[in-house]
Amino acid sequence: MTYEIVTLYVITFCLIVGAAFTLIGAIGLLKFNDSMTRLHAPTKVGTVGVGGLLLASIIYNGVFGEGAMHETLIMAFLFVTAPISANFIAKVNMHRRACDQPPELPGDEQWATFDLVETDNTPDADTISQ
Amino acid sequence: MMRLYRWLFPHPLLTLILALVWILLQNEFSAGMAVFGVIIGIIIPRSTAAFWPERPAGFRLGKMISYSLMVLWDIMVANVQVAWIVLTVPNSKLKPAWIIIPLELRQPEAISLLAGTITLTPGTVSADLSESGHYLLVHVLHTDDPEAEVDEIKKRYEARLKEIFV
Repeated sequence: MTYEIVTLYVITFCLIVGAAFTLIGAIGLLKFNDSMTRLHAPTKVGTVGVGGLLLASIIYNGVFGEGAMHETLIMAFLFVTAPISANFIAKVNMHRRACDQPPELPGDEQWATFDLVETDNTPDADTISQ
Repeated sequence: MMRLYRWLFPHPLLTLILALVWILLQNEFSAGMAVFGVIIGIIIPRSTAAFWPERPAGFRLGKMISYSLMVLWDIMVANVQVAWIVLTVPNSKLKPAWIIIPLELRQPEAISLLAGTITLTPGTVSADLSESGHYLLVHVLHTDDPEAEVDEIKKRYEARLKEIFV
């Protein structure tokens, strides 16, 4: 009996931590005013926020259900894909001049994103308005 | 014999991972599904081998596991720090910065792992790579000392990744 109560407390703790970080991520998304700093908010939600909720699910299913390991897969896929989407958003921001431009590289090199034909480099009217 | 092994398992680790993912997807363990997972693990790397003929030369699994655990811990610590920044630092006092990390890593796998690690740790997002792949562009949410940030990433993550990919 006490064993079940302790487990419930652990599950509740995980849920609260996960929910709190998700909330903070959302607050960050609203609060920051620059598109690059905004990008930092979702990377938090994707890790500890979802992680806490999934951990609660794993414990619940492990103790009261038949034990599900799907959650670890969700976690793994999330960890693999989240950086890629963040990277894409960062690159789009750089192209649209939506943020402070990154510093120049030493030497002749430039950032790979800007390695384009010159005419493609300036965003035209309809890509900005979208 | 060795050639047959190489032909059948171009990426032995991928075979293992695919089999494991398949078994986890089933949610209940049965011998038939395990065998099917191994079959999938053999067919997929074999049929895609033509697209990535090179294999990472050396890869230390043990070091990789301890590295993952360290990154998980760092994610949690950094999460609390960034949550604190979100809740307490007003926008006008926020000091975001771009930092450039000169890379010593050369293998594409190692660089993408480093970039992924940097993005997953809250507070830093890796944005771009230089044309030659020798510099990594990282955006930091709030920092007083960009130089220290570069040092920290190089010492904490890059040095360890250099030991994983020999």
